[in-house]
Amino acid sequence: MLRADLAQIATWIESNSRILDLGCGDGALLKHLRDSHNCAGYGIEIADASVLECVRRRVNVIQADLESGLRMFADGMFDTVVLSQTLQAMHHVEAILREMIRVGRRGIVSFPNFGNWRHAVSLLSGHMPVTPEIPYQWYDTPNIHLCTPKDFELLAARLELRITDRALLARGEPLDFLPNLRASVAVYRFERL
Amino acid sequence: MSGSGATSVGIVTAQTMHFDAPLTFSSGAQLPEYDVRYETYGTLNAQHSNAVLVCHALNASHHVAGHYADQPRSAGWWDNMVGPGKPIDTRRFFVIGINNPGSCFGSTGPMSVNPATAKPYGASFPVVTVEDWVNVQARVADRLGIHRLAAVVGGSLGGMQALSWAIRYPERIAHSVAIATTPKLSAQNIAFNDVARSAIRSDPDFHGGDYYAHGVIPRRGLRVARMIGHITYLSGDDMTERFGRSLRTPDYAFGYDAEFEVESYLRYQGDKFSEYFDANTYLLITRALDYFDPAREHDGDLVRALAPALARFLLISFTTDWRFAPERGREIVSALIANGREVSYAEIDAPHGHDAFLLDDRRYHHLVAAYFDRIAAELA
Repeated sequence: MLRADLAQIATWIESNSRILDLGCGDGALLKHLRDSHNCAGYGIEIADASVLECVRRRVNVIQADLESGLRMFADGMFDTVVLSQTLQAMHHVEAILREMIRVGRRGIVSFPNFGNWRHAVSLLSGHMPVTPEIPYQWYDTPNIHLCTPKDFELLAARLELRITDRALLARGEPLDFLPNLRASVAVYRFERL
Repeated sequence: MSGSGATSVGIVTAQTMHFDAPLTFSSGAQLPEYDVRYETYGTLNAQHSNAVLVCHALNASHHVAGHYADQPRSAGWWDNMVGPGKPIDTRRFFVIGINNPGSCFGSTGPMSVNPATAKPYGASFPVVTVEDWVNVQARVADRLGIHRLAAVVGGSLGGMQALSWAIRYPERIAHSVAIATTPKLSAQNIAFNDVARSAIRSDPDFHGGDYYAHGVIPRRGLRVARMIGHITYLSGDDMTERFGRSLRTPDYAFGYDAEFEVESYLRYQGDKFSEYFDANTYLLITRALDYFDPAREHDGDLVRALAPALARFLLISFTTDWRFAPERGREIVSALIANGREVSYAEIDAPHGHDAFLLDDRRYHHLVAAYFDRIAAELA
């Protein structure tokens, strides 16, 4: 079964489209998109074990560090560029968002919602939050750029990205009531303005 | 990889294929007839669809795996990669190793007798290119009744052949596995080759390449050529790790004998090499490396050069390989992506420099094994 944010992402991807999945992990999304949406594309991944898993799944994977950009890819090569649960761990957040929209017509990002009420409670009790979405202690977390949905929307506006779709998820389900406070994961689809 | 139950293919025998039809080289030169030495391991299936061609690099041969009868120390050059239960599993694949013409292990080369003169070709053997080899390999495949190869795989110069196959015979290759390779040599690569060739050609025993007639071998030149080449196969860190500044002598001897361990090692490698390798072959093969540049006939555009390719690709680079560094592998990947080809690329963080492609590294072998599992699954 696909992780909830990946399942949401899959609903926004047209059949037969060309996909680039940044930080593709074990290739689950690309495999799903290939098998059920007839999509083609590539994943980029840095971890050896994940690269191996992608090869096992017959997912095209390029072992590379996203921080050094997407120089391997020409402008507009992809219909959609996905960055799932990775933005918050990147040094160069603005750079990667610009790169996404350079090589793709559309971008999709998902990230843990730091604005979730549990995080606020944790902070009020004097501790950095440790939750299923951000399960790390403050001293060993890869997450260096946590944000809330509103924060992301501000950055998107500044980078001239038009947000076309938004899903704020809790337990894998989209929320309508107080989503900014209740969502554990935020998923956005955007295009160039 | 020494996966569970991995063994050797055991005793193997080399065979020779004779071709009467002339072979025309890229240079325009021709061989009226020629022999190709080769070995095979495993069994060709009924559909003839499970053949994997393994291409050798500079100093190796058709002897990829197994050993010869009564010569237990004669293991093939990629015995850790090819065999039952190994990443290229001979229980599933019919693996072919071919000695490229111009080499010195049984296929027609400079040491062979030219039927026109009844003397060894020597310096008159045509300068051969990667494309020429690939053409010959295709003829061998024809003769073996194989139209389409499940994969062509090779490291370094062997990787160039795997790429060239995909360009020249797009319909005849399902997968191209190119390891520790480059789309073309850099000026620095060519410079190292030229130093090696200069060492050979300036040896008084070289006799313009016709040393066979004089009953000598340009051993000193060959030894220096191998020493310089060998340095480029290792990483600086690896040499530090293995040798550091260790001395074989109790203290400095204030002379020029091999006092440092690294000197002793290189001289030993050079001596060993000069015993079994042919100097003319060294010249030919380094030249083939220099000339390889499939983008050349497309104004340097590698994307266009790779446009005919239909194969799926696996490319692997090693982080400490400074001879064909990961950037060079990425150039190929990038051009394949621009063509919309299926490609995976791994960068293995191994300490052994260019030579890593021959060594037994878990991540590397697991990756190749996983890729060949996929190829086997496609055959099923």
